[in-house]
Amino acid sequence: MPPPNWSSQLIHLGAALLLLSSFAMLSQRRILSLVNLFALQGAVLSVSTAIVAYTSGASHLYASAALSLLLKVFLLPWILHRLIVRLNVRWDTETQLNIPATMLVGILVVVFAFALAQPIAQLSSAVTRSTIGIALAVVLLSFLMMITRRKAISQVIGFLAMENGLFFGATSATYGMPMVVELGVALDVLVGTLILGVFFFQIREQFDSLDLQHLERLKED
Amino acid sequence: MVLLWLLAIPLLGCMVLALFGARRWGAEANVAFSAATLAAAVVLTEHVIADGPMLVAHEQFFVDPFNVFLIALTALVGFTTSVFSRPYMRVEEHHGRVNRRRLRLYHSMYQLFVFTMLLALSTNNLGLLWVAMEAATLSTVLLVSLYRTAASIEAAWKYFILCGVGIAQALFGTILLYFAAEKVLGAEGSTALLWTHLNAVKGQLEPTVLGLAFVFLLVGYGTKVGLAPLHNWLPDAHAEGPTPISAVLSGLLLNVALYAVVRCKVLVDGATHSLLAGRLMMGFGLLSAVLAAFFLWRQRDIKRLFGYSSIEHMGIITFAFGMGGPIANFAALLHMTVHSLTKSAIFFAVGHAAQKAGTQIMDDIRGLIVVSPTIGWGLMIGTLAILGMPPFGVFTSEFLVLTTAMREHAWATPILLLALGIAFAAIFTRVQAMVFGDTRLQRLPHSPALLPVFAHLLLVLVLGVYIPPALAQWYRLAAALIG
Repeated sequence: MPPPNWSSQLIHLGAALLLLSSFAMLSQRRILSLVNLFALQGAVLSVSTAIVAYTSGASHLYASAALSLLLKVFLLPWILHRLIVRLNVRWDTETQLNIPATMLVGILVVVFAFALAQPIAQLSSAVTRSTIGIALAVVLLSFLMMITRRKAISQVIGFLAMENGLFFGATSATYGMPMVVELGVALDVLVGTLILGVFFFQIREQFDSLDLQHLERLKED
Repeated sequence: MVLLWLLAIPLLGCMVLALFGARRWGAEANVAFSAATLAAAVVLTEHVIADGPMLVAHEQFFVDPFNVFLIALTALVGFTTSVFSRPYMRVEEHHGRVNRRRLRLYHSMYQLFVFTMLLALSTNNLGLLWVAMEAATLSTVLLVSLYRTAASIEAAWKYFILCGVGIAQALFGTILLYFAAEKVLGAEGSTALLWTHLNAVKGQLEPTVLGLAFVFLLVGYGTKVGLAPLHNWLPDAHAEGPTPISAVLSGLLLNVALYAVVRCKVLVDGATHSLLAGRLMMGFGLLSAVLAAFFLWRQRDIKRLFGYSSIEHMGIITFAFGMGGPIANFAALLHMTVHSLTKSAIFFAVGHAAQKAGTQIMDDIRGLIVVSPTIGWGLMIGTLAILGMPPFGVFTSEFLVLTTAMREHAWATPILLLALGIAFAAIFTRVQAMVFGDTRLQRLPHSPALLPVFAHLLLVLVLGVYIPPALAQWYRLAAALIG
């Protein structure tokens, strides 16, 4: 069955939105808004997975779309919101962040990702061939976000956004990994977030803030 | 069947200890579960020796000559470390650094960690291998911060973030691998991530994709191996966590991560028919060995010192696997075995020494030989073994690596010798000062468990003098498999 044109357009739209949300996260100072953007990115991811599932007829992708909806739109943002409330960091902002410079680096990262993905995209037979570059770009942008942030929670959101990019890469290039792997990855992400939640309390108990600049004592002099 | 027991025992141990680990007998139960795991591993090894490789549970798990010896080694070090940990953690409790609730977490996560290691080793599914590696990080991260000191929380955070980012790269590599494999094997029946299937068709996999995938996989799993320049988490995590955790991180986790890299290298070599994968591994290996050797000079903390020494040795092993060929692979496998045994023995001795001295700062530890001859000699002999003195096993494997390097890549030999020489000078002078000299140290409230130290060192000594034919045959088969 040749894929209908409109659905491939929709997947590309989803990919573009995903990339856009990555940039939005990169330029967002407020932690609360970051969590909301993360939930939005999860929603885009889930919808585009469902569209890929519909187009390709790969029924197990519906399950992974549902899984990412549950995990990334509801469960993880809910956990993060609760953490923010309990840690009382609702109004925290990233103060040391040079947004224009970060955006410029971000654009370079996207170009690099597309160049790297070029040979692979040509081999892809999937409906969504050109999206693998976007997936790689989202991964690298999240990486950039983790490097530039000073607050523990924003680093973690960068970490989770990176997983979103990987997930999108898996669906767009290969119609998803085998189910057992996907479940394992989802479990790891969930447990990881919970452990980080425990961590936040340990960090705050020890340093009285979630600023990571306190965590720079262990290094070679 | 035995294989399933091997995985079920530590998982059961994790659950039981999560419920009852706070009781007085938590440490004993930990030892008992580890002993049962070791017994299962021994039975499994005998099966494999008798019947050859096996493939069970819809081909999801398999054991071949390459992973069976690592499984046996993992179960053995897991057991001896639990024996060491019993009195060690009692003393820590006595010193008030941990309480019963944290000991419950500790014992439960210890078993979970052993489970993830064994799962990573025995699974045939490269996706599950990734999941197990990530779970290994998750299970140890709260153990690194067990003491809740500022430094330990920082170390655990670094460990989590660096290894998490690293392992995300490995997931991207795995996705690319699946992408290439699915074209050949088809997405139906989900055989496209099973290593045995991939190995059968590796010649048909798309070379460009696999080359790119290997870069991601090497960077990803390489972070957990502790390869430079992504090694920053390793010395911190080793120094700030409880010593039994340092011993299993060095002795087991690094090996298993390297195992993952080598498994992928076999596939990539088959597909690309080029030296790309090997050359990359040689480069990262040499860089790690040299960098670690120079950093060794600047250390003041004894556990950091040996953490850097682990980076150096993993660098040498990675280099040897990168060279490839029967002799270099044989040497690398042997070095994996002896390094893991020696380094965990050293950490046992270091743990007791640091506990006696009440500090990990090397300048404050003096005259161990007077306070406790067994700890002093244990540390001294262990150090000589890890530095590659004959007749220990490390000498044999390093000698093989060096001679192969001389023959095939002569340019690398001086670099390797430089790294080994610097490491020798740095570690030996430090340890000598700690073992001999005057002291005013007190006795410990619980007598230390030194049996594991000498058991490991004896094994390393035996491996240096005489490798049993069965084991040598094993290494040869595994080396041929790696190619």
